[in-house]
Amino acid sequence: MPVRFGIAVFPGTWSERDCSHAVSLAGGESTFLWHADRDLKGSDCVVLPGGFAHGDYLRAGAIARFAPLMDAVAEHARAGGLVLGICNGFQILCEAGLLPGALLRNRGLQFLCQPTWLRVETVSTRFLAGLEVGNTLEIPISHGEGRYYADPATLAQLEAESRVALRYSGPTGELADQYNPNGSLHQIAGILNEQRNVLGMMPHPERACEALLGSSDGLALFSGVVRSLVAAGR
Amino acid sequence: MTQAVPEAPTQAELREIALTRAEYESASAQLGRALNPLELGMLGAMWSEHCSYKTSKPLLRQLRSTGARVVLGPGENAGVVDLGDDLLCCFKIESHNHPSAIEPVQGAATGVGGILRDVFAMGARPVALLDAIRFGDLDQSLQRHRFARVVEGIGFYGNCIGVPTVGGETYFDSAYSDNCLVNAMCVGLAERSQLVRAVASGPGNPVMLVGADTGRDGIHGATFASVQLDESADERRPAVQVGNPYLEKCLLEACLELCGHPALVGLQDCGAAGLTSSCAEMAHRGGVGIEIDVARVSRRELGMSPYQVMLSESQERMVLVVESGQEDAVRQIFDRWDLHSDIIGRVISEPELRILDGPVRVATLPLGILVDGFAERRPPSRRPIDLDSRLAADPLSSPAPWSLEESWLRLLSSPNCGETRWIFRQYDHQVGDDTVRGPGGDAAVLRIKGRSDGLAMTVDGAHRSAALDPRQGTALAVAEAVRNLAVVGAEPLALTNCLNFGDPDQPEVMWQMEEAVGGLAEAALAFGIPVVSGNVSLYNDFQGTGIPPTPMVGLVGQVPAVAVSTGLGFRAAGDQIYLIGPAGVELAGSEYQRLAQGAVMGTPPHLDVAAELVAAAAIRDLVRGSVLSSAHDCSLGGLAVTLAESCIAGGLGAVVDFPLAIPSQAPTGWAWGVLFGETSGRYLVSVAPDLIDLLAAVCQGHGVPVMKLGVVGGSSISIGGLAEIALEAATRASAGGLAGFMERG
Repeated sequence: MPVRFGIAVFPGTWSERDCSHAVSLAGGESTFLWHADRDLKGSDCVVLPGGFAHGDYLRAGAIARFAPLMDAVAEHARAGGLVLGICNGFQILCEAGLLPGALLRNRGLQFLCQPTWLRVETVSTRFLAGLEVGNTLEIPISHGEGRYYADPATLAQLEAESRVALRYSGPTGELADQYNPNGSLHQIAGILNEQRNVLGMMPHPERACEALLGSSDGLALFSGVVRSLVAAGR
Repeated sequence: MTQAVPEAPTQAELREIALTRAEYESASAQLGRALNPLELGMLGAMWSEHCSYKTSKPLLRQLRSTGARVVLGPGENAGVVDLGDDLLCCFKIESHNHPSAIEPVQGAATGVGGILRDVFAMGARPVALLDAIRFGDLDQSLQRHRFARVVEGIGFYGNCIGVPTVGGETYFDSAYSDNCLVNAMCVGLAERSQLVRAVASGPGNPVMLVGADTGRDGIHGATFASVQLDESADERRPAVQVGNPYLEKCLLEACLELCGHPALVGLQDCGAAGLTSSCAEMAHRGGVGIEIDVARVSRRELGMSPYQVMLSESQERMVLVVESGQEDAVRQIFDRWDLHSDIIGRVISEPELRILDGPVRVATLPLGILVDGFAERRPPSRRPIDLDSRLAADPLSSPAPWSLEESWLRLLSSPNCGETRWIFRQYDHQVGDDTVRGPGGDAAVLRIKGRSDGLAMTVDGAHRSAALDPRQGTALAVAEAVRNLAVVGAEPLALTNCLNFGDPDQPEVMWQMEEAVGGLAEAALAFGIPVVSGNVSLYNDFQGTGIPPTPMVGLVGQVPAVAVSTGLGFRAAGDQIYLIGPAGVELAGSEYQRLAQGAVMGTPPHLDVAAELVAAAAIRDLVRGSVLSSAHDCSLGGLAVTLAESCIAGGLGAVVDFPLAIPSQAPTGWAWGVLFGETSGRYLVSVAPDLIDLLAAVCQGHGVPVMKLGVVGGSSISIGGLAEIALEAATRASAGGLAGFMERG
């Protein structure tokens, strides 16, 4: 049976079809999960995709976290199930308390849609299985509120536990302020929870799955999940 | 109940709705009675220039809208062409100039929202947005501020709703200081079975209003767009609507779920003139009438009168007609998206718009009068008297204020020629996962999932040439759009247009309109491109000074194999550089002229459609055959700027020959005219040395002139030993132009 990705759809979500397309390229199958339901339809991996769930009113993700679906997602995560939050999905995971920290308005205050390079900081998670620490991935961002922020203690803990998964970098992995598009602390582009089964990231891997569209580096995240779950016999 | 007999309106009341006394008298004569205030308001909105096109309609009849690939032409919410295999492409461009001048963020945002609704009203999923923008010079802080806010507004709406903004054209010129232009274009895709028309039918069928609640915003928006701006324009801010892209995203998804559902009879965007216009137009197209009870319209404000309900331009609303008995099935879809769906009336067999307020009938207007009863206008026109002297001026004889190198760098750092990343990085240009070529190139290219072909699209204007010769300038814009598609290997399918002019009651503006529309009709016919949709924006005038005639051409084409396309940047040192098309010596209407000479003068570039057609065919063959390493339309800034753009994009220098022999009696500006003149019909291409023979053979086969210019490589860009700039300096100039202004604050 193919690996099944459940892709959440809130009112205002817009990258659910992009994620579904990426999953099919990775050899998985996908199903959409409606925000008002609690049914994960047997998903191995839940994807919270990009968009403006509930218009991002109040704060990005602040309303979506109360969706009935999010109870089921939290339960799934607690039980060790995989959850990938992309862009707005990362914001929702932070609001829901499944990941620490918050995403603030970009430094420079502008919405930014541009390519970024990400350095892989850990591979001890199913999402990055198959990659090596220090690999770089070219994956675009598209957000107005992507500046990762957490208090010093949380940041220290994330670093100590190697839970920073992806950092904005140069093409060969060099870390410098010029490669940090939004002013994220510690150049953080993506983080893991303690169990390493929940990944939140601001860049959009689903947009980087085909050379035709500029980069196929993002496919590694989806195919990593497929391969590692198949290998684990689920 | 019967209606009270109204009195004839005062002059002030007529002015409020932009209706003349003669128009009022014609309406009441046709009706056989006086109109009450509500009827007068509805009639005024429907007969406004914005809704009726009463001044432009006689001219627009020249445009040919038929073609083998055309499914639906003008008259619907958007034009529709056939892509084959039951897939249709819908697209349209529309202006939101007046609102953007008053409230830039919301004006621009609701322009995007409106054009999106036009496309999904057809049952098509919007897949791309483009924008054509004109502002005054960015050295003015007010212009920078307003322009930044317009970009913010476009991004706010498009980014939130999740439709990529893949292209556009921006031009800064002091001629637009008082009247900015913001034209938005949307392209969508629909399965043939999903296509919906904006037609009401079946007396007894319910009429529903779905989406947002109705408020007092935007009342008289259509009228406001039909008069000049003046100092009191800021007081018109309440006539600008406020956008809610989140709500429209839900509305879009719900409407697309409904399209193809057997319960749906007709669907129409609720835009200018609100419920009045959408109901009147739907009913009139179907040869039926509609009865509306305003008491059943959900409102966001208390105490709204029937007048306000019928003329509100609250955004994110759609009107639909559904099969009687299917109301619940339809409502379920909207409920799921947390959207209102009010049954506000029904289709009636009498061809009239009938308004009730609960049990009381408050207005009755026959649709023949409301939609078609106005008299078309043909205000007097006059060719500007100073035009001949301006056309006769010779821009080549003016001494150049700067050296060739300095001119070159100044052009590259002009916000009109330099890179536009500052703009497009604020727009999500990738959502949807189909953007093969996004903003910053000649044309955008989108793949279509599950197919090998793709769509190409561009929007172009040529107002500086149009200012000299509106007929020629409009035709040149069509030619440029064709070239922009050719360099990505695309053949034009159909075009949409947004015609922006000043006050048509000024005879010189009327002349510009006659000439421009004539030029569009001739060029579209000559290029074999049907015109399937369009929009006219008049009264872009501030205290008697209007904009130059600014027709915008939106062109959509098909790429047979989306995986095979060529960029504009040079790819490899050693590649040979060729100019396909004529070498020219001219400066009229060019960006160089704007920078160096200020005035617009001289004879605009010649247009040879036959030559353009064969050159475009040759380029398409070369691109599709993967013969070229790069291909770039040679237009704004002329040969030198085009060359530099290919160098900058590829990170490679170039050494080229001067394309013409210098005559002994050359006028002062001759070399400037060769390097910076904007001669039409040209492409700058590069090709690997082993493919040169193939290039020559293809060009010869099409009978297209091709001239070897030089070779890619090195760290500078050098032209015939006459001008040389460092690649690094060129890159810095191009990157710093627009961004340099905008980051200044």
